Amino acid sequence: MRFHAEPIEFTRQPGVGAPIWRGQTADREDWLRFAISVHRHAGRLCALWGSDERCSGGGFRVHAVFALDEGWPYLTLDLPADDPVYPDLSGIFAAANRMQRATYDLVGIRHDGEDRRPWLRHGGWPADWFPLRHDANHPPAHENLPSDYDFVQVGGEGAHEIPVGPIHAGIIEPGHFRFTVVGERVLRLEQRLGYQHKGIECRLASADFATGARLVGRVSGDSTVAFCWAYADALEAACGVTPPPRALALRALLLERERVANHLGDLGMLGNDAALAFGLSQFFRLKEDWVRLNAQVFGHRFLMDSIVPGGVAVDVEARHLAAIVTQCESIGRAVKELQRIYDEHSGLQDRFLTTGPIDARLVRELSLSGMAARAAGVLLDARCHRHGYAPPPPWNRLAVRPASDERGDVAARVAVRFAEIYEYLRLIRLLAADMPAGEIRGTVEPVAGAAGVGIVEGWRGEVIVGVQLGADGKIARCHPHDPSWQAWPALEHAVLNDIVPDFPLINKSFNLSYSGQDI
Amino acid sequence: MLSLLKRIAKTGIVTEPAPGTDDMRREIDRLQDEVLNILGRALTIREVDAGSCNACELEIHALNNPYYNLEGRGIKFVASPRHADMLLVTGPVTKNMENALKIAYECTPDPKLVVAVGDCGCGCGEIGRLFGPNYATVGPVEAVLPVDVKVPGCPPTPIALMQGILAAVRTR
Repeated sequence: MRFHAEPIEFTRQPGVGAPIWRGQTADREDWLRFAISVHRHAGRLCALWGSDERCSGGGFRVHAVFALDEGWPYLTLDLPADDPVYPDLSGIFAAANRMQRATYDLVGIRHDGEDRRPWLRHGGWPADWFPLRHDANHPPAHENLPSDYDFVQVGGEGAHEIPVGPIHAGIIEPGHFRFTVVGERVLRLEQRLGYQHKGIECRLASADFATGARLVGRVSGDSTVAFCWAYADALEAACGVTPPPRALALRALLLERERVANHLGDLGMLGNDAALAFGLSQFFRLKEDWVRLNAQVFGHRFLMDSIVPGGVAVDVEARHLAAIVTQCESIGRAVKELQRIYDEHSGLQDRFLTTGPIDARLVRELSLSGMAARAAGVLLDARCHRHGYAPPPPWNRLAVRPASDERGDVAARVAVRFAEIYEYLRLIRLLAADMPAGEIRGTVEPVAGAAGVGIVEGWRGEVIVGVQLGADGKIARCHPHDPSWQAWPALEHAVLNDIVPDFPLINKSFNLSYSGQDI
Repeated sequence: MLSLLKRIAKTGIVTEPAPGTDDMRREIDRLQDEVLNILGRALTIREVDAGSCNACELEIHALNNPYYNLEGRGIKFVASPRHADMLLVTGPVTKNMENALKIAYECTPDPKLVVAVGDCGCGCGEIGRLFGPNYATVGPVEAVLPVDVKVPGCPPTPIALMQGILAAVRTR
């Protein structure tokens, strides 16, 4: 298979997961040309990471996952050990910038572009030591001093900076936001992230499959189901295993439950950030009911460790399926009532409408996926049929109806969340009513040297996990990618021309993961 | 507005008795008295995420939902460590957050309490081991700050968090 007459030959990854097309090139020109071609065809850059292949006789390798209508081309470029430099893609896909800088911080392979600022390395380890190199061993003794960061300076009369973070005012993950304002109006926002960097990719190296699942399930606590499924997909594709139909249906049920939980929490928080504490109380009550049933049925309030390579770890009894259906009905009714209150509350709507807008053009330029993209009129959802694309099972038999909104503002992201909750509840009822019988788990025998990529539509957007196995059958390299990588820069654009006090509301309307980006 | 008020009336008060049995409830009333005796006012908490995956934060959020109603029991989250009696810290403490965490601790007035939250923050259990010290993390909270009480779990339930917070107050 070739895309757009480009010379690279792609083959479809085996397995039942999302359609992924693998291709390889040793040519830097081809790498660049392919990226340009994807961009020209309105495609996206989904993920980019690096690996050290020197112990298997190679040099270094840079990996990229793109998205086109037909699926996800997964391209690798081999780099010589003595000159690991690859073409900068950030001029084509803005999303490449931070991923390329992180790749340098971790693997020590460099893009040939201009922005050489570190991204994940703040000063905790030496600049010439790279944790994901096989010969890295222990980091050299090093004093952990906070480093300066070269923020883009904005000059001019009346312009001043407001630094915020890393510790924020609420119960929230850490990150630094540098605002430049004139009066109250935001002229520029520049983020500095990486505070949550805990070296998960380093911990994943030489892990067995079960340990890997636990680690990947903790990349971002609110998306644990999506990450574990993408990881399982990647391993199953690598090792040629097809999970039983009941396992796939249960995975979908778990993923939809994870979405509803997050949307309920966000809708409460969004009301609260616009001073409607009533919304927080009501939605958090519903969320608590929701996660309590999770604990009762699946043994964990946030469903951690319930998806494992080969299938799922927990089965559901018929009476629990009935309880799930009953709860969908009561939650659906309550959310409808609350939506009416939100819609009719003029103070709330005044804060939501026209605040923090992004448009479809920006969504495409930043390779954004998921809920925020749909709320700006770009109908991307890996679970939905669209022209030239059939979703993987079990979505193919569910006919998922994506919600969207053209406005791109906070109000749109609220409206899409409401609409999505109703759709997710419908899907959960469908899944519960028609749960296939049979096994819930197959065995995954490691295949030495195999590789795979898994892509799952998480509640924020595309969650991607790339896995490479070593000669010992354990994980040699595993890269989990959160959709927040693409969405954080969108937030920088969304706040422009709004006022600083609107920032918490705009930020919450995206609710991006710090930990997922910082890994 | 009418529908909003109707919703409030229909929901009623859903706050549950604090963790455990009636004995526990009496115990909590006693602890609230102790909080007042020790601090002369309500307990204030500054939550610091020093490297968690956000799951601990989700459960800490839940403490303020109407079922647990932590604020209704005189325990309140504040924005500044200068207003706090207690730091509630999740981990593993990353190298990139080590300095900020130390500064937050310095800013918290004495007598201050530190509660470490989660298997990563406490350095216990299988998850605590998987997220032990490496090039990017210093280790559990106690590697950086003196810890009064640990609340293990991945993530700990809201009930466990409430018990941990109350246990920490009793240490003084």
